[in-house]
Amino acid sequence: MTIHQTPQSFGYDAFLTAHQNKEVLRFITCGSVDDGKSTLIGRLLHDTKQIFDDQVTALQRDSRKHGTQGAEIDLALLVDGLQAEREQGITIDVAYRFFSTEKRSFIVADTPGHEQYTRNMATGASTADVAVILVDARQGLTRQTRRHALLVSLLGIKRVALAVNKMDLVGWSESRFEELVAAFDAYAGPLGFTEVRAIPLSAKNGDNVVLPAAGAPWYKGTPLLQYLEEVPVRVEEQAAPFRLAVQWVNRPNSEFRGFAGLIASGRVAPGDAVIVEPSGRTSTVARIYTADGDLPHAVEGQSVTLVLADEIDASRGSVIVTADAPMRVTDSIDARLFWAAESELLPGATLLAKIGTVTVNAVVTTIRTRIDPETGKPEPAARLVANDIADVTLSLDRAVAVDAYTANRDTGGFILIDRESTDTAALGLIQADASATSLKDEPEEVRAKRSGGGFLSRLRWVFGGI
Amino acid sequence: MSAAPLTTHAASRSERLTHLQRLEAESIHIMRETVAETENPVMLYSIGKDSSVLLHLALKAFAPGRLPFPLMHIDTTWKFKEMIAFRDQRAKDLGLDLIVHTNQEGLARGVGPITHGSEVHTDVMKTQGLRQALDKHKFDAAFGGARRDEEASRAKERIFSLRTAQHRWDPKRQRAEPWHVYNLRKKRGESLRVFPISNWTELDVWLYIEQENIPIVPLYFAKPRPVVEREGQLILVDDERLPLEPGETPKEISVRFRTLGDYPLTGAVESGAATLPEIIGETLATRTSERQGRVIDKDGAGAMERKKQEGYF
Repeated sequence: MTIHQTPQSFGYDAFLTAHQNKEVLRFITCGSVDDGKSTLIGRLLHDTKQIFDDQVTALQRDSRKHGTQGAEIDLALLVDGLQAEREQGITIDVAYRFFSTEKRSFIVADTPGHEQYTRNMATGASTADVAVILVDARQGLTRQTRRHALLVSLLGIKRVALAVNKMDLVGWSESRFEELVAAFDAYAGPLGFTEVRAIPLSAKNGDNVVLPAAGAPWYKGTPLLQYLEEVPVRVEEQAAPFRLAVQWVNRPNSEFRGFAGLIASGRVAPGDAVIVEPSGRTSTVARIYTADGDLPHAVEGQSVTLVLADEIDASRGSVIVTADAPMRVTDSIDARLFWAAESELLPGATLLAKIGTVTVNAVVTTIRTRIDPETGKPEPAARLVANDIADVTLSLDRAVAVDAYTANRDTGGFILIDRESTDTAALGLIQADASATSLKDEPEEVRAKRSGGGFLSRLRWVFGGI
Repeated sequence: MSAAPLTTHAASRSERLTHLQRLEAESIHIMRETVAETENPVMLYSIGKDSSVLLHLALKAFAPGRLPFPLMHIDTTWKFKEMIAFRDQRAKDLGLDLIVHTNQEGLARGVGPITHGSEVHTDVMKTQGLRQALDKHKFDAAFGGARRDEEASRAKERIFSLRTAQHRWDPKRQRAEPWHVYNLRKKRGESLRVFPISNWTELDVWLYIEQENIPIVPLYFAKPRPVVEREGQLILVDDERLPLEPGETPKEISVRFRTLGDYPLTGAVESGAATLPEIIGETLATRTSERQGRVIDKDGAGAMERKKQEGYF
């Protein structure tokens, strides 16, 4: 595989075109404390030539001071940025890293493995297309591995690479690898992943990360990087119905009134019938304005300014959606919370909920169940403490438009804000309307699973919060 | 599994967004959130390439309207002459509302990089100057062009970074930023630093400048310039304030700058790259990170992290 071919080798124009037309993949790495996450990212950066000479010099100096690899360069130090972390020898926050090949650009969220940092992992996972879950080949699946797999599935990631690391330390044993893969499948089966790709590797030595491993002729699959270059991205968001949360009304003069926002999902074109939620008023799209000229259509991920055919009332907090698939408008929502604050949450607490571009007061009317982070099983809870996961019911001071998180991550995810400290107190995932009698809006696969019945579908029910 | 339902609405290959399109859209979204949720935002304009990209993105974000915030340059009085000329020309061409602030107290004391060293100079003229200006104009949000790929402690910086009334950054009080939902709430006196191009790399910035044809300071392009070598850095003799050592004579070397700051603190690189494609080619082939040309980053281990806690941008 060639990384960063020089521009001279195929001409500047072709070179520029290739780099300007790459896609991006966002992924998260997770694993237990010593599974080698930071080393793996360091290896990806190093082997794709993203590490510069002055950084290597700094790394050699730092490796002597803080390294855990003896005299060798400790690649993890490339990623463990903050001084406090170096001193403790652990990763305590989400670090974002960037590298690119000719095929794709990558944004990596390196997240902590410690239990107390669930919120950081949830944050990293919320925008990731793929999760790389590390397992130490010697240790096997740990409690942490199960928690991370569960979290990743709760946050809506559909594709997982199971990176079985430190294979060199088990002599590249195929049977050990197969044993771990089977154990993971047994646990993750009900979690609803679209794909789990297992890859035996050694991050420390660089085997099967960017380049193939010499020690594992029995492994017929690709190295991790090649998988990351080829895995599909954002297919769910593209396929979902059109949603645009209005951020700002652009009214430079009496002739122009546009609704600016980021398209969360789907596509839109002039002439499309739309509904402005939560008011429910209807209109059609007249123009898709951008500074580069009007667009014939726009898709998820684009920031645009929509001009509607009618003078209807819409403002920040409104959501413009396709008339084919309205949103649920409600002042009461069931949600799964990832409690992030250091303070406790008790029923009756009032917080701010920021849902898309609207902020409302939210009262926690009930804490329905706490979720065991390892088994996904519900258990009773009178209060929540930092890093608890729990299902709650929120009563809002006005009606807002929402989707179930399982149907749409961007219109189904929200944050809770402590009104006094102004800190972000929780991440929230909106659950499907339990009182609704109709299941017509469910994704096909979920309905199929549910009608299948049996143990797996019940587990899926619990895990998916549906 | 379940591939069938995806095909009806799924965008065709040609509708997939490129990396640069997604980065642009994310940055525009961040700017619009800031304008919608803060009282008095400002864009910190450092005149460099990242600022040029930031300004271009802002113009796009609010078109066809005008920029709903002013630009502000913290002038240490030690910028390259060409930077100041470029700044004033851009402000004139685009009709920008530009504020230029200099720490007058520091200037009166004669604080400068040559007399006081990089650490004191940067603290007084840049960090304190910035704090003065933010306080004076009561800005509650300030856009900056920092990127996470620049330096290790920045890799963990949030897009919306809360600062105390004293402008201090607390790495332990960082807010989670899931999805595209940002918490812009703050207490009285607190303010936000906003980094819309957090997720861009140096290469992305260059590719975007090329794609969008964004004007940048000519110092980024190689040409013969008079430089002296100091502690491994090529320093441009930009004016008479740079004292020459005995026997030291400036050499005309073809150089360019990968980052721009105060000229005595900004090292040039030897280069023949006089066009954007050549610069991009060099960026890919290069073996040193762009901050290598920044003297201030080497003021001891964890230098940048400490400066940030003290209120450096």
